[in-house]
Amino acid sequence: MITEKIKTRLKEQILDWLEHNPKRIYISVAPKDTRLITDYLFKDLGFRFATASGLDTPSGFEILYHFSFDKEGVVVSLKVLLKDKNNPQIDSLATLFPAAEWIEREMWEMLGINFVGHPNLTRLLLAEEWPEGKYPLRHEHSEEEGHGHAH
Amino acid sequence: MSHKVVIPIGPYHPLQEEPEFFRLYVEGEKVVDIDIVIGYMHRGIEELSEHKHYDQVAFLVERICGICSTSHPFAYVNAVEDLGKIQVPERALYIRTIIAELERIHSHLLWLGLAGHFIGYNTVWMWAWRYREPVLDLFETISGNRNHYAMMKVGGVRRDIRDEDIPIIRKTLDELTSATEMFKGAVMDDPVIQWRLKGVGILTRQQALEWSAVGPTARASGINIDVRRDDPYGAYDRVKWNVIIQKEGDIFAKTVVRILELFESISIIRQCLDAMPKGPIDADVQEIPPGEGIGRVEAPRGECFHYVRSDGTNRPVRHKIRAPSYMNVATNKVAAPGGTISDAALTLAAVDPCYCCTERTAVIERPSEKKIMNGWDLIEKSRQKTKHFLITRGK
Amino acid sequence: MSIKINILTKSLWAYHAATSPCNNCDIEILDVFTPRHDVERFGIVLAGSVRHADVLVVTGVPNFKTKERLKKLYAQAARPCFVVAVGGCACGRIMFRDSYNSPCAVDEVIPVDVYIPGCPPKPEAIIAGIVKLIDKIKGKK
Repeated sequence: MITEKIKTRLKEQILDWLEHNPKRIYISVAPKDTRLITDYLFKDLGFRFATASGLDTPSGFEILYHFSFDKEGVVVSLKVLLKDKNNPQIDSLATLFPAAEWIEREMWEMLGINFVGHPNLTRLLLAEEWPEGKYPLRHEHSEEEGHGHAH
Repeated sequence: MSHKVVIPIGPYHPLQEEPEFFRLYVEGEKVVDIDIVIGYMHRGIEELSEHKHYDQVAFLVERICGICSTSHPFAYVNAVEDLGKIQVPERALYIRTIIAELERIHSHLLWLGLAGHFIGYNTVWMWAWRYREPVLDLFETISGNRNHYAMMKVGGVRRDIRDEDIPIIRKTLDELTSATEMFKGAVMDDPVIQWRLKGVGILTRQQALEWSAVGPTARASGINIDVRRDDPYGAYDRVKWNVIIQKEGDIFAKTVVRILELFESISIIRQCLDAMPKGPIDADVQEIPPGEGIGRVEAPRGECFHYVRSDGTNRPVRHKIRAPSYMNVATNKVAAPGGTISDAALTLAAVDPCYCCTERTAVIERPSEKKIMNGWDLIEKSRQKTKHFLITRGK
Repeated sequence: MSIKINILTKSLWAYHAATSPCNNCDIEILDVFTPRHDVERFGIVLAGSVRHADVLVVTGVPNFKTKERLKKLYAQAARPCFVVAVGGCACGRIMFRDSYNSPCAVDEVIPVDVYIPGCPPKPEAIIAGIVKLIDKIKGKK
């Protein structure tokens, strides 16, 4: 089983292991270990990078890196919490595998998370004239605008 | 003659669906690099979804894409059902599978038509779209709308397939089988199409892995993945079918994968109609507990990925959507360079993105001399190459 | 009626601009040109450039990126240029009204002559809309 392999190999990096069901596994890791772990998953174990989700939570920005192991149909999501809400930053994965390039650009413009070492951190979806420092997916922003959580 | 020339393609285009913008860097006829600019379709659906309750989101995500208009709701309900550990009635699973496979048929026929159009075979376009119509009629019979069927809901489906509709579905499938047989012969055995598409726009297995390509794009490069088999949802683990794999990675391989998948889809629908049990179509879902869920669906273009997080209220806190083209369009960065300009239009279209062919294509030689090349000119270039093959090799 | 307008009603050339739709209206517009509906019978064809077109067919709700392009497209078109808004989004933004990336509706950017609502409108509805446009050009009520 692939999950056992990850468990033994990454014993020291895993902060929390949540098995929602045998095919959906959530692993909490520290931001400094993400490059090492994703490198192991992608290059050594042959996981496919599905996507990453960025979230704005009260305790900080959370990034989930979703990896898929297609031989067993398992989705492993690495959870990273960036506690510094004023200056969120994490190492870029785009240099490890190009598949992460677009999604990091998207999280950068939508949530304002800085990806250190990204080769081309520019706007992906928003227009050029979109105001600097305004991030659509940050939650305090949408409440200010008034169409947030009232409905 | 080795100065770089930039050809912008898009964002407006006469034929394809999404406006996307490509900047081709060419040296002579050869494409050396490509920039992809997207965002012309961005409507902020992920953020809108956080302001709608779980039932409304299904309608919202349906409108992400008009061609995959059941794949996104399907992935979304899978995610919510994974989150809440909801048991879906057996009949609903079969109905979902039938709808998803009908959609695959109409989407692949659509792509086949457009691909034919780009190489100058308008007959293929007209045929493919003519045979696509009965599939849309089936959707109208089942759901009341030709597109945006609104069949998916958390815990089941909204509408049942009536017993009196089943013979109509079977009859249409029979017609489709013979039409697909004809297509298989007309496209796969045609020497001109083979000359035109073989060895063009190759995406190697290694590149497909690095860029994490999905769906027919990955399967044409020899990667054996298919969410329907790897992580079964719906009724896919209850029917028998094959995953179509090709090794070459060129446009011809992608075409072959899609044509052969049509047969598999027809066979899946037939098996579902045979095995579909009677019973309820909807589980009574009371509330969604706090937690997170991931739903995956093999859309016609590849794996469609939805992540939903709930805090126990009636709205998702975060809903991440990743459409298959998001991964596949990016592969053009490695598939298009190395080919010629006349192949670029095809290569970009071959991943079945919502690729954009061109309106305002300007060939800029030097800042002072601008040559405006109409969007049709690019298609025309592609067609000329086909004609050239006809003349030089056809005899 | 001038001879120019009379000729125009017999061969409308359409240019199709998708301003952030979900593709469905676009597919249905193309569907109108394929064998089942075949509006080429009436002299209606898709033009490759807006400079050759008499009708600008707009789908979708404009976002910040496409809004400016739509304005430019309309400015480039030869006059007279009629604008047809196809689909619920183009007619009134429907569910994207609250989106952060949808600043305005199509008719706030360029004047619209005919609205064809529906999500998506059926090909028959699109043809009916085109007939209404021709009637309008001829000056009929």
